Amino acid sequence: MQEKYIPLHRLPIGCTGRVKELRAKDNTRRRMLDLGLISDTIVEALCQSPSGDPIAYQIRGAVIALRSEEAANIMVEKF
Amino acid sequence: MGDNLDLVIALAGNPNTGKSTIFNRLTGLKQHTGNWPGKTVMNARGYFKHNNKSFLLVDLPGTYSLLANSPEEEVARDFLCFGNPLVTVVVVDATCLERNLNLVLQILEITKKVVVCVNLLDEAKRKRVKVDLNKLSCRLGVPVVGTTARVGEGLAELKEVISNVIDQKLCCNPEPISYATPIEKALDYLEPVVAKITREQISSRWVSLRLLENSKKIESVLNSNFEVNLLESSDLKKARSEVQNIFNEQKLTVEEVKDSIVASLIKTAEQIGQEVLELERQDYNQFDRKLDSILMSKVFGIPVMLALLGVVFWLTIQGANYPSELLARMFFWLEGQLTALFMASGLPDWLRGIVIEGIYRTLTWVISVMLPPMAIFFPLFTLLEDSGYLPRIAFNLDNFFKKACAHGKQALTMCMGFGCNAAGIIACRIIESPRERLIAIITNNFVPCNGRFPTLISLAMIFLVANLENPWQSFGAALVILTVIVLSVIITLVASKLLSQTILRGLPSSFTLELPPYRRPQVGRVIIRSIFDRTLFVLARAVLIAAPAGALIWLLANFTVNEVSILNYCAGFFDPFARLFGLDGHILIAFILGLPANEIVLPILIMSYLATGSIQEFDSLGALSDLFIQNGWTWLTAVCMMLFVLNHFPCGTTLFTIFKETQSYKWTAISFLVPTLMGLLLCFLVAQSVSLLSFLF
Repeated sequence: MQEKYIPLHRLPIGCTGRVKELRAKDNTRRRMLDLGLISDTIVEALCQSPSGDPIAYQIRGAVIALRSEEAANIMVEKF
Repeated sequence: MGDNLDLVIALAGNPNTGKSTIFNRLTGLKQHTGNWPGKTVMNARGYFKHNNKSFLLVDLPGTYSLLANSPEEEVARDFLCFGNPLVTVVVVDATCLERNLNLVLQILEITKKVVVCVNLLDEAKRKRVKVDLNKLSCRLGVPVVGTTARVGEGLAELKEVISNVIDQKLCCNPEPISYATPIEKALDYLEPVVAKITREQISSRWVSLRLLENSKKIESVLNSNFEVNLLESSDLKKARSEVQNIFNEQKLTVEEVKDSIVASLIKTAEQIGQEVLELERQDYNQFDRKLDSILMSKVFGIPVMLALLGVVFWLTIQGANYPSELLARMFFWLEGQLTALFMASGLPDWLRGIVIEGIYRTLTWVISVMLPPMAIFFPLFTLLEDSGYLPRIAFNLDNFFKKACAHGKQALTMCMGFGCNAAGIIACRIIESPRERLIAIITNNFVPCNGRFPTLISLAMIFLVANLENPWQSFGAALVILTVIVLSVIITLVASKLLSQTILRGLPSSFTLELPPYRRPQVGRVIIRSIFDRTLFVLARAVLIAAPAGALIWLLANFTVNEVSILNYCAGFFDPFARLFGLDGHILIAFILGLPANEIVLPILIMSYLATGSIQEFDSLGALSDLFIQNGWTWLTAVCMMLFVLNHFPCGTTLFTIFKETQSYKWTAISFLVPTLMGLLLCFLVAQSVSLLSFLF
C-alpha cells in the first residue's frame, strides 16, 4: 500500500502541507518541535537552494531552511 | 555580578529581534549587532540609570527556546534560573510574534517578573501587521511595551516600566500554561514536593516539568546552584512513582510527555498570536519572498551572490585608489619635513633612521594602504550583514558544506572571517557539535580577512592588471579579488573535507537555519559604527604592531656583521628554501615578522627591500612596482605571494583566540599548521609547474 503521507523534502515547491508525524529523535526532535512542527502545523515549501538542498520552508510565520536529512523525518499530508 | 547596589535586569529574546540594538540603546555600549542567528554568545553587560536607580543589564544569548540544550540556551536558562534577575525583559519581533511567543511562555514559567518588549514596530507597520499590545499584556499577564529600537522609540517607556515593576507599581501575574490532563495531574503531585525541597528558590512548576521530561541536567544544576539534592529526597521518589503510575495508566511514554509539553506551548503561542495580531494583508511577506526568489534562486542565486561581492570589492578598490594616493603623498611630504627637522636639530643619524625610515615609514604605509579600503569595505560589509543577506549566502552554499561533512552554519562563520578571522572564530560558538566547530575554527583562516585584502589588492594592481586603463584596472582588480575569494571558499571546503576524513572524522549533524526577514539597514549608523568600532579598532591594532616592527626591521637592515646586514643574512639564509615556493627570503621574513598582524606584511617587505635597494622615495603603486621588479619579481612571484597571503598561519590575535576557544595547544598548533602547509603546497605546485612549463616550451 502506498503511504498516505510524504516526507517534507518531497513536498513540491510552492505547495503546502500539514505535519502529521515527526520521526526525528532526541535533540533534533526537540529542535523541530521548538520550530513549531507539532501535529497539524501547516508548512509551505518556499524555495530550493541553487543545488537543490536545503529547502526553505515557511513555518508559523518564520522562514527556516532544512537539509533533506532533517526534512525526511517530517511526514506531511499534501493539500 | 557587579555592584550590590545595581539592580540586575536580564535581556532575553530570539535572535534577530533587535535585542542587541535595545541593549546598546539602553546602555550606550557598542555591541556589534548582526542580522543573523546567534550573534550574542557571551553575556554582555552594561549599565543604565533611570529615576536615580542604577541598573545592570545582562544581555543573554539569543535563543528560540530554553529546552533544546544548546550551549547558548543553557547559558540563558541558567542565568534566568540562578542569576536572580529582578526583571527579565523579553524582546520579541512584532513581525514574527507567534514564533517569538514560545520563548516568552517558557521564560514566564521560570520567572514571573517579565516585561515583554515588542520591537520592530516600524517593520511591522511596513508589512501592515498590527499587534494589539494591550490585549497581549492582558493575555500574558505581564506589562508589554512597544518599541522601534533603532530610532529609540519606546525606550523611555521601557525603562519606566522596568522601574515600576521593581517598585511593584506594576504587577506581573502570568497565568500558567495549561497542559494535557495527565500532565497537570502529575504536576499536582510533584509541585508541592519540589517547592519544599528547593525552598522555593526557583519556580517549582518549571522544575517539575523538567522532572517529567526525565531531564538529568536539572538534577545536576540544582545540586550545583542550591546544593539541593533531588535524588536523595524520599518524598520526591514517592511523588515520582505516583506520576509514573498516572502515565502508565494512560500508556504515556516519556517521549510523548515531552512532545505534549512542547505542543501545549506552541498551541498557546498560536492562540495568543491569533488573538492579538491583525494582518491587514495576508501576503505581508510578499516582498521578502520576491527578493528570496531572486537571491536564493536556482539559476541566479550564486551568480547574484558573486556579483554582489564583486560590486563590494570594486567599490572598495575604486574608492580607495585616490585617497590612498593622497595619503601617501601627504605622508611623503611630511617625511621630508621631519627629516629636515632632524637634520637641523643635530640628533644622531641612527635615531633618524629608526624613527623616520623604520617607524614612520612603516606606520604611514599601514595607514595609507589600509585605511581607505577598510573605511569603504567595512561599512559595505556591515550593510550586507545587517540587511539579512549572510544567512542567504549560507543557504546557497549549504550543500557544498554538507558534502564537505561540515556544519551548515560554517558558511556564516566563514563570512565573518572576511571581516576578521578572530571574530570568525568566536562566531564558531554558534556551531554546537564540537567536531564541526573545530573544523570551522581550523579552516576559518582560509578566507582572507580585512587585513589581507589591501595586500591582495595592491599585488593584483601592480602585477596582474597593471596594463589596463582605469576604470578597467579597478574592475580587473575586483575580478582578481573575486577569484581569490572563490578560491578561498574552495580551499575551505577541500580542507574541511580532508579534516573530516582524517583527524576529525564524522557525519554532519542536524541543524536548522533561520532566514530572518530582510531589514532596511540603518545606513548612517552602520557607517559611523563600522568606521569607529571596526575600522579604527583594526587600524589601531595594526599601528601598535607596525611601530615596533618598523623599528626592528630598520635595525636588522642596518646592523651589519662582516659587512652584511642581519636582514640580508637572514634573507639569504631563507632564500633557497623560499625560491622553491616561488617566493624569496625577504618575503618569507616579512610573513614571519608579520605574525602579530597580517596588515604589516607588505609594509615590512617594502622596508626590507628599501633598506637594501637603491630607491629611497616612492609615493605610488608605480614606484612600488619598480621596487619589486628591481628585486627580481615577476607575475609568478606575485601569484605565489597572493597564494601565501591566502594560506598561511593565522595572525597572533587569531591564534590567541583559537587557543582561548579550544583550550588546547594541540588544536591551536593544528590551526597553525594546516593553512601553512596548504600554502606551501599550493605555492610549490604553482611555482614548480610554471618553471617546468617554461623549461619545456
